Amino acid sequence: MAVKNLDEREFFFGHKACAGCGGSLAVRIALKVLGERTVAVLPAGCMSAVGFNFPQLCFANNAFITPFAATASVMTGLEAGLRRRGEKDFIVAGFAGDGGTADIGLQALSGAMDRGDNILYICYDNEAYMNTGIQKSGLTPPGAKTSTTPHRGSRRPKKDMPAIVAANGVSYAASASVGYLDDYIKKLEKAKSVVGVKYIHVLAPCPTGWGLGSDETVEIAKEAVDVGVWELKEYENGRWTVNRKPTRPQDLERHIDRQGRFRIQSQYQEDSRNGQR
Amino acid sequence: MREFINGNDACALAVRLAKPQVISAYPITPQTTVVERLAEYVEDGSLDADFVHVESEHSALNAAMGASLAGVRTFTATSGQGLLYMAEVLTYSAGGRFPIVMLNANRSLALPWNIYGDQRDSLSLLDCGWIQAYAENAQEVLDLTLMAFRIAEDDAVRVPFMINSDGFHITHTYELVDTPAAEQVEAFLPGYEAGENRVDFDQPRNFGFSAGPAYNAAFHKAHHEAMLRALDLIPRVEREFADIFGRLYGGAVEAHLCDDAEYVLITLGSVSGLCRQVADTLRANGVKAGVLRLRYLRPFPDRLIAETLTGAKAVAVLEKDISFGGTGTVFANVRTAAPATLNVIGGLGGAGISAKQIADIFADLQNGESGVKWL
Repeated sequence: MAVKNLDEREFFFGHKACAGCGGSLAVRIALKVLGERTVAVLPAGCMSAVGFNFPQLCFANNAFITPFAATASVMTGLEAGLRRRGEKDFIVAGFAGDGGTADIGLQALSGAMDRGDNILYICYDNEAYMNTGIQKSGLTPPGAKTSTTPHRGSRRPKKDMPAIVAANGVSYAASASVGYLDDYIKKLEKAKSVVGVKYIHVLAPCPTGWGLGSDETVEIAKEAVDVGVWELKEYENGRWTVNRKPTRPQDLERHIDRQGRFRIQSQYQEDSRNGQR
Repeated sequence: MREFINGNDACALAVRLAKPQVISAYPITPQTTVVERLAEYVEDGSLDADFVHVESEHSALNAAMGASLAGVRTFTATSGQGLLYMAEVLTYSAGGRFPIVMLNANRSLALPWNIYGDQRDSLSLLDCGWIQAYAENAQEVLDLTLMAFRIAEDDAVRVPFMINSDGFHITHTYELVDTPAAEQVEAFLPGYEAGENRVDFDQPRNFGFSAGPAYNAAFHKAHHEAMLRALDLIPRVEREFADIFGRLYGGAVEAHLCDDAEYVLITLGSVSGLCRQVADTLRANGVKAGVLRLRYLRPFPDRLIAETLTGAKAVAVLEKDISFGGTGTVFANVRTAAPATLNVIGGLGGAGISAKQIADIFADLQNGESGVKWL
């Protein structure tokens, strides 16, 4: 399936996500691929904050917000319950942000991986706690300014979530980007057909938090892959395959410089040189 | 059938008879043997359920909530620190009106560490929106477990139910317990019907949403009213239970010699039997003593307490709990219904409470003592 023959029905709409939101695009496309017999499970985070405000509820399929740390554990119970109820051909799909996955939700995900539950876990990674106002998460890249790394930028590497889940022996893992939707769709389709824990980590730029125009989301998500800061790859049968090689690594500096979140760092370095700090 | 079993065995037997389809639990002393029994039942095929091995109590209750959202009957169990680790999910699952049944093996809270029984764990979480019942012995644990599913799942209630069982004093103490036959339980407890509060592929729904200032109170008021309806439902379910199983409980409170009592001791849980024995002895010596056992703390049976205590001269509350800098939580609650004056704090960290100490409480009441007193 490609973008042009996606299901025309919408399953996630009428929400109040920021213009150009990469996360909402990741959820919207995923539900079109996964279909109406999908139960969406979302922890506290951007997508639940923008989509679940009674009485304006934005999922056309069954959906549930979980406690922040509980995406995977609720998915486990839900899958077991639906199976026990006699349901067949359904998908329990989680959509958690980077903080909900790599920080507060990692323990519950670890439990689900240990059990090998039949769930599809999608991490939409916008690289900080965005809906609370851009605080650093375990997936914030080094050098990125957030409201809790306000001057120097984050000083720690991004946790390698795909490697973490692969080390736990999941059935299928992949990284994707909302800049390459056909690749993302292909991975969703594959995950749909595999039994066990499936994990897709999709880069979902946040114009608000990254310091970009709302029309730059897809372009920057594509560029991240092209310059080599985000890899498109798949883990199957114990092996990783890279799906796309960087095509213009020479544009890396331009890619970094165009994002507002990396700009303060140079300002700080300048301040530093001037002995102001 | 009469069996010589402990409180945790009694709970596990009742859960097996209630046939939940998903059980998730994390081990913690003194709850552990309930979970072990249930795992055995699932493995030997005598209970047809998913047993979910979770990595924490937080996940245990979340998995139960997920299963309840799917529309099946669920059970979990915990204790002490584990209950506190679940705290976030307690309010969450209650607000979502998921009728999960949980055994809490009452245990002291750290620090200092202690694995023995007191009631600070559950009493510190009275406000989470769960029904809270307190058993006196293994038989009542079994009976409450069966009734818990009936009450929690009732259309008029739909609130999760916590059965509290004193750590070691009930959980690990062997007693003769009347264990019911499967047909009796089938007659008492029908299969779970989730109604609209479940995933439905024909009529998709969104659950677990936000409700801002304009709508927020309406949800909580509905929840509160459901709790109040549970208070009316408890005696009705108990009468039905008695018709089938031959044991009648007295509703949310159990009064012993309270009709003409001048001095009443209010308490809960496993110490109640000894309190009644002391009252009987005092009666023989001419002291008009009575004991009121609280079987439910939420919903709170305030009217029943007030009615029972109308003739009392002085009332004390004995509890295994303290709200530091205040009084015991049970005392604070009782005071909303009746003019109790003496609050005795005892049994913390599993400390024993003797007949002499209980007799002294009645003596203190006769002497007009008041305030918080530590055993």
